[in-house]
Amino acid sequence: MQASVIKADHLDLVFQTNDGPVHALSDVSLDIGKGEFVSFIGPSGCGKTTFLRCVAALEHPTGGSLTVNGMTPDAARQARSYGYVFQAAGLYPWRTIARNIKLPLEIMGFPKAEQEERVARVLELVDLKGFGNKYPWQLSGGMQQRASIARALAFDADILLMDEPFGALDEIVRDHLNEQLLALWARTGKTCLFVTHSIPEAVYLSTKIVVMSPRPGRITDVIESPLPKERPLDIRDTPEFLEIAHRVREGLRAGHAYDD
Amino acid sequence: MRSVLPILTVVMAILALWYGAAVMLNRQWTLDQAARAGQELTLTQIVADTMAQDRPKLPAPHQVGAELWNTTGAMVLEGKAFTRRSLIWHGWVTLSATLVGFGIGTAAGILLAIGIVHNRAMDMSVMPWAIASQTIPILAIAPMIIVVLNSVGISGLLPKAIISAYLSFFPVVVGMVAGLRSPDRMQLDLLRTYSASPAQAFWKLRWPSSMPYLFTSLKVGMAASLVGAIVGELPTGAVRGLGARLLAGSYYGQTVQIWSALFAAAILAATLVGIIGLIQRITLARMGMAR
Repeated sequence: MQASVIKADHLDLVFQTNDGPVHALSDVSLDIGKGEFVSFIGPSGCGKTTFLRCVAALEHPTGGSLTVNGMTPDAARQARSYGYVFQAAGLYPWRTIARNIKLPLEIMGFPKAEQEERVARVLELVDLKGFGNKYPWQLSGGMQQRASIARALAFDADILLMDEPFGALDEIVRDHLNEQLLALWARTGKTCLFVTHSIPEAVYLSTKIVVMSPRPGRITDVIESPLPKERPLDIRDTPEFLEIAHRVREGLRAGHAYDD
Repeated sequence: MRSVLPILTVVMAILALWYGAAVMLNRQWTLDQAARAGQELTLTQIVADTMAQDRPKLPAPHQVGAELWNTTGAMVLEGKAFTRRSLIWHGWVTLSATLVGFGIGTAAGILLAIGIVHNRAMDMSVMPWAIASQTIPILAIAPMIIVVLNSVGISGLLPKAIISAYLSFFPVVVGMVAGLRSPDRMQLDLLRTYSASPAQAFWKLRWPSSMPYLFTSLKVGMAASLVGAIVGELPTGAVRGLGARLLAGSYYGQTVQIWSALFAAAILAATLVGIIGLIQRITLARMGMAR
């Protein structure tokens, strides 16, 4: 494994709410190397999204330390270290797909000519060539989410943070997008952090699976996947795959994730 | 075009009700006149008379229509479109105050909404005052605005426009606060991940998101502006404008004149709101938000 890109050390995050303090993250220590694909899996409230938001400096830990590319999360954001993909595509309905992808480029002040060139490049990367002039409502849900991934890739961050990006899509579209995402990851060599509810999705995509459990949100298991980098969809029927899936399930059970 | 028949049906029903009501309300005066003259009237004569009185309690539709024509189209044909007897001239007086007031009110409303959305102190303090301002009857405050402005030498169009603005800023504030706040948390978080400035968040996200809200508010605001301008014309001694026509008509019992001024105001309002609707359609279509 190469140099660590994200390093969390005894990370704590306590939200003060009206019902008293909520321990969103407790003693989370994790090391993510360059080019890894790391999935976070666990039930609602286990802190997987919160951890991603900490990396993105959208939340601020109350204890422990967290570095992104060797910087504080805030500095890493200023340095455009990551692109964030949310659960919903969140494309602006008044902008075409191309102009949606241009949004971060405009905000970050890229020159006009370079904007065009980057949009064309990422549209091709997510297989949406020729759709630049369409409006979001003219695209299917899966295509919209691909456009939002393109938007996150447009400014060449080397980390891709994805918070259940395919959660709202149906199984068939999801399989297809998972395949495409793996191909994209192989081509770009980005470090990916991927939050999911789905065990097969986590096992299929990841080089490392982080199993989390709630109350307080913590890591119960970290699984290094022995699966090869080249993964056809039917790898999901192999014994190795099922064995990892089983271990993920065990990890979730150990964290009492099935209690309620 | 499919909606033509239902609309016509409703219009016919309203006209029928109106004629019926005119006969009922104006009948007594006809009968009294006949009794004084010692005449016996047939039913047809009674009905005919109720629709041709000079000062009916309720003028019949064709009387209002004739009055409207005589004070607009006919005067244009005679080349007297901008004389004091012309509704076009009175309508223009009211329209100009309405448009200026609408402009001031819209600008004030948008600026207040921007302040409310971006500044917590304004959020806490402005809205209660804005709501309170609308609970005061405009009829009570209009004369004071006229008198106060008159005493500092401002008269004519501006005081009426200010009363217009007073009524029209409110729907714009309410609509635009909702509109500027319509982007959800995810949208705002996305901009934070780009380290976008508040100004960028405003121009790239909040302002375009608020467009459908803006146009809805503008329609309400435009109608309110017209009401404001008409009310503003009442305390000025009823010299010019549709409000003046209404007041003069009620002084002299000219019900036909009152009703024709009312209809002129309604037609004006419908036209103005229709224009905003058209601009809305074009704008949203150009933004790609109309399907």
